[in-house]
Amino acid sequence: CCVLCLFPSPGPCPLCSPQSPCLHGPVSPRPWGLRGLCVLQVPDLPVLTLPKEPLKAHGRLEPSARPPFIHHRESLWKRCLSAWRDAGLCGLLRELASAEEEGLQWLRTGSSHALAVCRWLSSLHGSLFPHLSVSHSPCAPSRAGCTIRAFAWHPHTNKFAVALLDDSIRVYNSNSATVPSLKHRLQRNVAAMAWKPLCASILAVACQSCVLVWHLDPTSLSTRPSSGCAQVLSCPGHSPVTSLAWAPSGERLLSASPVDTAMLVRTLWGHPGTLGDLWSEKSLLSLLFCSLRHARQGGTVPEAGTGCWSPDGSRLLFTVLGESVIYSLSFSEYRGEMQGQVGGSKTASIVADLSETTFETLYGEERIGGEVHSMVWDPTGERLAVIIRGHPECAGSQPAVAVFRTRNSPVFELLPCGFVRGERGAQPQLISFHPCFPQGALLTVCWSSGRISHIPFFFVSALEPRGSPRRSPAPVLGSVREQPLFSEL
Amino acid sequence: MEGAAGGQRALLRQVLGWRVAAAVTWSVLLLPLCTAAFIVLSGLDPFHPVRWISKSFNDLYTSYVIFCIFLMSVVIIVISIFNVEFYAVVPSIPCSRLALIGKIIHPQQVIHSFVHAIMGMLVAWCATVMTKGRFQFLAVSCTPSESLEDAVPQMCLNEYHLFFLLSGAFLGYSYSLFFLINNMNYLPFPIIQQYKYLRFRRSLPLLIKHSCVESLYFVRNFCVTYYFFGYIPKVWICTTMGLHTDSKLHPLDTLSGLLDLSLFYHTWLSGVFLLMTWYIAWLLFKIYATESHHFPIQPTFAQETDQCLPKILNSNPPLLIKFLALQDLMLLSQYSPVRRQEVFSLSQPGGHPHNWTAISRECLSLLSDLTQRLIAQQEAAAANGRAKPPVGELKVPPQTPGAAGIEDTSFQSQRSNIVLRASMSPLVKPSLMPVKMSPGSDVGSPFSSPALSYKMGAVDVKSPWHGTVQSPHVTRRGPKLWTSVSDQQMNGSHHEPSPVLSAARTGSEAVQPKFIYTWLQNKQEQIKNFLSKRALIMYFFSKHPEASIQAVFCDAQMHIWALEGLSHLVAASFTEDQFGVVQTTLPAILNTLLTLQEVVDRHFKLPHVSSKPPRISGSLVDTSYKTLRFALRASLKTALYRITTVFGEHLNAVQVSTEHKKRLQQFLDYKE
Repeated sequence: CCVLCLFPSPGPCPLCSPQSPCLHGPVSPRPWGLRGLCVLQVPDLPVLTLPKEPLKAHGRLEPSARPPFIHHRESLWKRCLSAWRDAGLCGLLRELASAEEEGLQWLRTGSSHALAVCRWLSSLHGSLFPHLSVSHSPCAPSRAGCTIRAFAWHPHTNKFAVALLDDSIRVYNSNSATVPSLKHRLQRNVAAMAWKPLCASILAVACQSCVLVWHLDPTSLSTRPSSGCAQVLSCPGHSPVTSLAWAPSGERLLSASPVDTAMLVRTLWGHPGTLGDLWSEKSLLSLLFCSLRHARQGGTVPEAGTGCWSPDGSRLLFTVLGESVIYSLSFSEYRGEMQGQVGGSKTASIVADLSETTFETLYGEERIGGEVHSMVWDPTGERLAVIIRGHPECAGSQPAVAVFRTRNSPVFELLPCGFVRGERGAQPQLISFHPCFPQGALLTVCWSSGRISHIPFFFVSALEPRGSPRRSPAPVLGSVREQPLFSEL
Repeated sequence: MEGAAGGQRALLRQVLGWRVAAAVTWSVLLLPLCTAAFIVLSGLDPFHPVRWISKSFNDLYTSYVIFCIFLMSVVIIVISIFNVEFYAVVPSIPCSRLALIGKIIHPQQVIHSFVHAIMGMLVAWCATVMTKGRFQFLAVSCTPSESLEDAVPQMCLNEYHLFFLLSGAFLGYSYSLFFLINNMNYLPFPIIQQYKYLRFRRSLPLLIKHSCVESLYFVRNFCVTYYFFGYIPKVWICTTMGLHTDSKLHPLDTLSGLLDLSLFYHTWLSGVFLLMTWYIAWLLFKIYATESHHFPIQPTFAQETDQCLPKILNSNPPLLIKFLALQDLMLLSQYSPVRRQEVFSLSQPGGHPHNWTAISRECLSLLSDLTQRLIAQQEAAAANGRAKPPVGELKVPPQTPGAAGIEDTSFQSQRSNIVLRASMSPLVKPSLMPVKMSPGSDVGSPFSSPALSYKMGAVDVKSPWHGTVQSPHVTRRGPKLWTSVSDQQMNGSHHEPSPVLSAARTGSEAVQPKFIYTWLQNKQEQIKNFLSKRALIMYFFSKHPEASIQAVFCDAQMHIWALEGLSHLVAASFTEDQFGVVQTTLPAILNTLLTLQEVVDRHFKLPHVSSKPPRISGSLVDTSYKTLRFALRASLKTALYRITTVFGEHLNAVQVSTEHKKRLQQFLDYKE
């Protein structure tokens, strides 16, 4: 049975301003009888709109600074030398083949033949290892159309980093008005970012050719940190880097690349080690998923979609591309005594079916459902947010963010909570939960319009009562129809 | 004492013995594979592939190949013995070129090089035997060309064979030299725990690439050497063995002789073979030796007492054992709740937390040792060109375990404490030293670490010196009196030294009449100036600043593990420590960490200290010891954050000095 029909209709909120995101809870017996709730902003977090126009999209496609300079003929061997340095053997051959000097006829023909052989060989290489020919496109769909490439919350504070289309990164902090903007020569095609845990301000950035680690000074007032603050971790044979994760203990950084079947694990200062086999850290598998999906675009690796771990690491929810269901795989309680193995059930069970459902709204018929694009679980394990990608080819079908209430112990349960809507026409691109929101869970959604909004869910976590006095026991979504979508009972 | 040392040697033998045995066994087992590959490649004949393959497979079973394998197994065993004898967990970094030369001509290293050269020659001989063809024999029969009619067969020198043998010796010597220069005897511990097979498999492509490239360079160097000096061994061999030179063959020490592609290929290939077998032995030893070892925390049997973790940490075992113990501590603190529980447990009769006390004491004393060392180094850097600090007085007094140091209120210990503090440079604020401790928290507590208690000996409330030392006046003035005899002369101001400090100064050079001292200093400066004008001397004697900083932090891996282990244990104690064992030591731990943090921060602000780490390339040779100071700084911060993140606001209840409290608050706000 499809679960989305249990969700409330995602119509427009009558009282909300068109800009504020809107959360649609289940039909509740509230006195005012609204079908949607306007979400008030969490006061100390900035709501951003990053319009696309000022950003120069793909401004640095040309890797060299050649075009702005006046053309100047150098001698042939100088040009060859620089071509060799810039682009290797192929560049050298290309330079030779296009040489216009007199008396080099044989050299020109020879090098053009050699160039042809080179190209043929490289095409052969691509057909032998198709996963190597993956284009570098970040994980989210239709990323070309939006302004935000990546988003990362700091694991301990109210601070987040946003990577924009022009490959600059801005760091927003609720406590300071300074917004550092990070730019680096090597910072191209940013695919992922990750803040180092147990640290004030170290940000790892996955770029086209390397991993950049920004050492920012949290007390500095500079809006443009110099590129000297960035440490370059080169990854030969491991680029483009598409996903990154820090080990929770904060010492090791993992990176994955679609061109490499192994994952690279390293400390910031030592030699990288490689990791071909699954490592028993939680954040790893989601990393794997992202990079597998890249590989899938090359068409070789089984189709894995997205996945996320429960906060205690005992359950993995994942999707498979081409199917609109969420699978669950449970792992036995991780006790550190097991040496190098992760126990787990052998088969995954389907916990939710997200096939397309039609809703009647004020704007007409809307269809929601389809493949899951990304999935995040909040740190308390009580909310699960899912971006459902519609079918772009048919009208009326649009991506949506569906939020579930979850419970992981003693048995796993999944209940509908509601849809999150942005302004009209905006599509959700990235979702992320605040890692330490004291009053419940805080979902951050980056919309295709360049807007970043924060949606709080106020609740008292049943699992681990954290001793925070500021916790307000005021659940916004009061009486949810207690009808579990999935229960192991 | 001797008994204990013997016991530790036995422990080392017990821990390392089977690892070495397994490593040697595996490298010997891998030898036939390498040999087979060598034979196949040496008979390379791309135009007749079938004949080539069948011929090389036939060669594999011949008796001389099997004999060669036996011989090379002996070589591998000898190489492994040298690996075991020469390994180091703390790299030795030569600070100047002279020190490097000293290392090269050190008798130990000379023996190492000599044996490696001999072994290289043996391997090269095996290679010639297995290659066959024109390389196989040293003496071949030949006929002198001019007298064809009376063709008396003579024995001539086969120069190819000689070339091969010498190239083997050269490669062996170069291997030994690069082993020393690249610090390849240093054992880097892996950053993640992996199966040994996987570690080996990951390193294998690198190893092959590295051997190929190195062999290319070595053979090139050898060709150049042979071109210039090749005639010496040739003539020598000819005269001693009564051989003739074959005039029909090209002599090899000419340009045209060396431009022999087949010779070059075979030399290079045998070089690759030699380097690969040796590197495999070295890699396997490294992998086995750095594998984590499981030390029990509590002995199950009485005879195991010497092998349990707290005991090993507190004794002074061989460094490898100490490293393994600290690595085990780091792992257990991070991944093993059951073993953490043992650390937090109380002893059965008596209810003392012996395990925790021993572990935390050792970690803290390691860290405060590092603090002392850094302070001394900063002083030396600050006093560069001025009066040298009295290094002898900076020595940490022998640590008396437990409360003994606290009760000892004799004048001696007081003096050493005062001197210790007084001789701190002006760089180090008096607040750096953990002076103020709450009476309830640590003074007299059996759980306190000696590292702190020896410092706190002076602060004992009952002590008559209590007031003097506590007063900021003296502690602030102390450094001035100590570091700047010349300063006093310059500005002419004369402090009247307080009686305490003048008592402390007896016997040191500061009481010497000033003029002798300045005269000596002047002479010293003159000599320095004279020498520094001689470029060659400066070339050898000048200290490389980067190297000397690396040398200060060369054993920082220990401190990193101590930090990680300690911080993980403290963080875990928040939920797992049932008896509140850790709480009693928490102020001391925080004090030590914050003190170290300040000193390390200060260190990175020194001139000459580059704040950017050198790029680490992914080569076979591990150079991660060069970046240990950055790793230490990072893990120190991470350790403090780990504690502050878990304890949060509760840390405000821990009694630390106000300065440290301020620092802690910054950590709580994520502003560090």
